[in-house]
Amino acid sequence: MELLKVQELNKSYPSFHLEDVSFSLEKGYIMGFIGMNGAGKTTTLKSILNMVHADSGYIEIMGKEFKSHELELKQDIGVMLGDMDFYVKKRVKTLTEVVKRFYTHWDDTIYATYCDRFNIDEEKRLCELSTGMRTKYALTLALSHQARLFILDEPTSGLDPAARDELLEIFQQLVEDGQKSVLFSTHITSDLEKYADFITYIHEGKIITSTTKDEFIDSYAIIKGTLPQLTDELKELMISYKKNDFGFSGLMKTNDHSHDIESDYTSERPTLEDIMIYYAKRGRTHA
Amino acid sequence: MIQIIIANSSDTPIYQQLFDQISAQIIKGDLIGDHGLPPIRTVAKELRVSIITVKKAWEELEREGLIYTVVGRGCFIVPLSEEELLAKKRRLASAKIEKDISYYKNMGLTFQEFITLSKELYGSDDA
Repeated sequence: MELLKVQELNKSYPSFHLEDVSFSLEKGYIMGFIGMNGAGKTTTLKSILNMVHADSGYIEIMGKEFKSHELELKQDIGVMLGDMDFYVKKRVKTLTEVVKRFYTHWDDTIYATYCDRFNIDEEKRLCELSTGMRTKYALTLALSHQARLFILDEPTSGLDPAARDELLEIFQQLVEDGQKSVLFSTHITSDLEKYADFITYIHEGKIITSTTKDEFIDSYAIIKGTLPQLTDELKELMISYKKNDFGFSGLMKTNDHSHDIESDYTSERPTLEDIMIYYAKRGRTHA
Repeated sequence: MIQIIIANSSDTPIYQQLFDQISAQIIKGDLIGDHGLPPIRTVAKELRVSIITVKKAWEELEREGLIYTVVGRGCFIVPLSEEELLAKKRRLASAKIEKDISYYKNMGLTFQEFITLSKELYGSDDA
C-alpha cells in the first residue's frame, strides 16, 4: 500500500518551476529525496503538505486525498521543515506544551525517550540551543505523536556524524514494523548510500527518477578515457563530462549499447554524489 | 546462529556479501534445515543496510533453493540431503571459479600453472 502518492505537482514562481512532480512511497520504507540547492526539494515537500499552494497536482496520503482530509491526515504525519525560528525566547517545555495539544495521539513517554536520547534540556530557551540541538528538538516533536508518515526536510543537516548516525538508526527502527515510512530530503548523500530503500532525484524542478537506490545507481556509469577517445559521438551520449590535461571522465546512462562502451573505456559505478555533480554540470553547459 | 559481517568499502555488492556468507553457512552445515532466518526488516536494521538489499539477497538464496518462504511466518532453510548439499556446493563453487578462469586464460596462465598455484594457496589439508 502506498502511504504517499504525489501526482503531477506544478508550481510556478517567476524564476523557478516545479514541473509535473510525481512519485510515490510504499509503507515500510525509507526514501531519500535528493537534489542540489534550489532544485525544488523544499517546495515539493511544502506543496505536499499544502503549505505552498501548488498550481495543480494531486496528493494522496494513506489512501485519502490530502486537501479534503488535511486536518485528519496531519495527525498521522510527522513533519520537520527547516529551522525552528519562532518563539525563540520561550523555553523548550513551554513550546512542547503548545505543540502536544495539536495531536490526539501525542505520547509523553515517547517524547521523554527522545529528549533523553538527544540530551534535550527542556529548561533551556529555544534561542539558547545550538543549531544541531534545535534540529534534534524539531525531530523529537515530529517523532512523538505516533505518526505513520514522516516528511522531513534536511533532518541531518547541522548534526554531527554521531547524531546523524543515531538519527538514521531511528529511521530504520521506525520502518522495521513495515507500517511506517520516512521521506527525507538531504544533500548529504553518504547518509543514503547505505540504507535508503528508494531515491527520488529532483533536478531543476523536475523528477529525474524515483526508484530503488540500487536501480538508480546501476542506471548510470562513469566512463573514463584519454582525450583522443573523447569523440563527438561519446559526448552526445554523456550527461556531462569533465576534461583534464590527461583525459576525461563523464557520466552516462546505462542501456543496451553501453556495455560496448563500458568495455572500450574504463567504467566505474558512480556514487549518488557523482550523479548529482554531473547533472549540475550539464545544467550549466546546456544553459 | 547466523554470522554476517558486512564490509561497506568492499567492491562486492552488499546483497552479494549477504548471499555468499549465508549460502556458505548453509552448505557447510552450520545452518540446518527448517531453521528460521530473522525477519528481513530486522536484518536490515541490525546491519544498517537497506531493506531492499536484504530482500534481494533472500531472493537469490531462494532462487538457489537454499531457503523457502512461508507467507506470514518468514523464511526458513531448506532441509537438504548430503548429496543435495554436495551438488549445491559444486554448483556455487564452479560458478565462482568460472569467472576467475577467464581472467587467468586472458593472462596466459596454463592449466598446470593454475593447479600448482592453487595447491600452494589452498594449504596442505586437501593436498
